[in-house]
Amino acid sequence: MTQNPVKLADEVVIDRDDLQQILDVLESDGYQTIGPVIREGVMVYGELKTVFDLPVGWTDEQGPGSYRLKKSDTPTLFGYVVGAQSWKKYLYPSVSRLWRSEREGNGFSVIEEKDQFPAYAFFGARSCEISAISIQDRVFNNDKYSDYNYNEIRRKSFIVAVNCTKPAGTCFCASMDTGPKAFAGFDIALTELLTNKRHFFIAEAGSDRGASVLSRVTFRPVTKDDKALALGVHQAALRQMVRRLNTSNLAAIFSDHFDHPQWEKVSGRCLTCGNCTMVCPTCFCHTIEDKTALDGLYAERWRKWDSCFTKDFSYIHGGSIRASEKSRYRQWLTHKLVTWVEQFGTLGCVGCGRCITWCPVGIDITEEASVIMQAPDGVSPSI
Amino acid sequence: MATKKRPKLAVWKFASCDGCQLSLLDCEDELLAVAREIEVAYFPEGFREVIKGPYDISLVEGSITTAHDAERIHKVRRMSKTVIAIGACATSGGIQALRNFKDVKEFARYVYPRPEYISTLSKSTPLSDHINVDYELRGCPISKVQLIETVSAFLNSRKPNVPSHSVCMECKRKGNICVMVAKGIPCLGPVTHAGCDALCPTYNRGCYACFGPKESPNTGSLSRWLGERSGMKDKDIMRSFRGINAYAEPFRKESEAHE
Repeated sequence: MTQNPVKLADEVVIDRDDLQQILDVLESDGYQTIGPVIREGVMVYGELKTVFDLPVGWTDEQGPGSYRLKKSDTPTLFGYVVGAQSWKKYLYPSVSRLWRSEREGNGFSVIEEKDQFPAYAFFGARSCEISAISIQDRVFNNDKYSDYNYNEIRRKSFIVAVNCTKPAGTCFCASMDTGPKAFAGFDIALTELLTNKRHFFIAEAGSDRGASVLSRVTFRPVTKDDKALALGVHQAALRQMVRRLNTSNLAAIFSDHFDHPQWEKVSGRCLTCGNCTMVCPTCFCHTIEDKTALDGLYAERWRKWDSCFTKDFSYIHGGSIRASEKSRYRQWLTHKLVTWVEQFGTLGCVGCGRCITWCPVGIDITEEASVIMQAPDGVSPSI
Repeated sequence: MATKKRPKLAVWKFASCDGCQLSLLDCEDELLAVAREIEVAYFPEGFREVIKGPYDISLVEGSITTAHDAERIHKVRRMSKTVIAIGACATSGGIQALRNFKDVKEFARYVYPRPEYISTLSKSTPLSDHINVDYELRGCPISKVQLIETVSAFLNSRKPNVPSHSVCMECKRKGNICVMVAKGIPCLGPVTHAGCDALCPTYNRGCYACFGPKESPNTGSLSRWLGERSGMKDKDIMRSFRGINAYAEPFRKESEAHE
C-alpha cells in the first residue's frame, strides 16, 4: 500500500519503532544528522546515526548553577530539555579560520578559505533554540552585514524540532513567547507521546522539504484522540514552567535604572567568567586573532567566540572602557533585554535558561531583571 | 637568510624547577624555525656556547629567593631590551612562595642538618617585585603554544594573543561541559587565567589555577559558592587558593580570608 504524500502543515503519526526511518531518509538526502547524545555522562550535541544514540530514558534536573542527568523510569527519547551546548556550535563555530595570506614583496596575497560546508540536519531542536537561530539569522544576515559562512551553513540546514513535554527548572520560554511548543522555523516538528500501550510521535511538516521527508517514512493519519493527547502534553509543559521573566517594563532597566544599586550587588557575585555568553544561543560576539609564522612570510586570520565579560572586549587605546565588573554585567543584561531590540528588532533572550543553569554561581537573569526593573527601595524613579 | 641579523635571545634561571625553560626545547617541530629567526645567545640548559650580551629578548624563569638573585635580576634587566617572565615562579613567586606564609628559618631548621649554611630571603617573590617586566607568560609550566606565539609576535612587531580571561572560555570553545555545574566538582577555572587550553577540565577534573588569577578574579564569590553549595570547609578553600600561585595577590588575600 502506498501512502498519500504528506503536504505542508500536515500532521501524521510515526511509531517509535519507525522513527529511525527519518534519520535514514535524512542520510540518504545527504544530511549529516546532529542531535543530543551522551558523552562522558553529559548531554552534548553530536553526530546521530540511530535513535539509540539519543539519551533514551534520561531526563535532566536543572537549577541555578546546577545540571544533572538522571535516569528516568520511562523509555522516552526526549525526556530532557536543553543542555550547555546549542546549535550555534555548528552554525557559528567557536573557532574558525577566515583566511590565510602569504607575503609577496612588500605586500601580501590573500588565500581564501574554500570550506565545504556540510548540510546538517539538527534533530531535536527545541522551540527556544529555533527562536535563537532566527535571532542569529538577523545578526548574521541583515541589510548591512551578511556572514558568508553562517549563511551557507544555515541555508543548507534542516531542522527537526521536538516539542518540550517537561520544562527544566531554569526554563522561562513561555514568558518570552518562544515555546515550549515550536510554532515556526522547522522542517518537521515532533511531539513525543507515551501511554501505557503506545510510544509514538505526532510529526508536523513545517516546510516542503519536511513534507518530502515525512512522505518517505511509515506513518498513519493522526486521529482526534492523538491530537487531544498531544494538546494535554503541551498544556502540561506550559503549566509546569514556574520561572518567568517579566517583560512588561524592560526598557526601564536601561533608561531609568542605569545606576540601580542591584548592579553593584550582582557584580559582587558575578565571576565575569563569560560562561553565560558562551552558552547563550543568541550571543554572537567574537574576536579576531592574527597568527603569524615566525619568519613573517605567512599569516592566518582566525575568528573566536568572545565575551563582553572580558576586559579585552572593550579595550580601546589606553584601556578597557568597561573596567568594572558591574559595567560588564550591565552591558550584557541591557544588551540582551533592551538594546538588542533597537539593534535587531527583537529581544536577545529566548528564555532557554542556559545562562542560569551554567553560571558557576547560579546568577539568575530573571531575578536580576525583575529587581532592576523596579525602582530601588526608598528611591523614586529618576526622570 | 645567513646575512639576516637575528635578534639575540637569552634564557635565565632563578629559583625554579627548569620546567618552563625546557618548554623551549620542547618546541620540537618549531625549534628549527625559532633557531632560524633568533640567535639563541645564552641558554646554558640547551647550548654550551655563550654569546655575550646585551640581548634583545630575555626569557626569565624562577622567583627571587636570595639576596644574590635579587641583585642578579637587575643585571639581567640591564643587559636585556625585553624581559619576559616565564612561568608561575617568575610571575607570582611559585610554589616556593608557600614559605611566605610561614617562618622560613623554622623550615630550614627542620630540613637542613646545618641550617646556618642556608642563606635565603624570608619571601619568594616574582620578578615584577624587583624589576620592570615587559611581558609575563603564566603557567606551571608555561604553554609552549603561548611561548611560540609570543616569540612570533615579537619578531613580527605585533601584540601577542595571550588573553587574560577565564579558563571557562577555553572550556566552552572546546565544547567541554562544565565539571562544576554538571558534576559538582570544585573548579578554579572561573577565576583562573586562560592559557592551558583547559587541560584539567577536559579530563573531568577541576582547574588547579596553574596559570594564576585572571583579570578581575572574583575569588570571594567563588569561595562563597564552594562553601555553601559544595560544602567545602574553610581550610580546603584556603588550600585550593594556596597552590602554585599562592602569592599572587588575589589568591593570597583569598586564602588568608579562610585561614
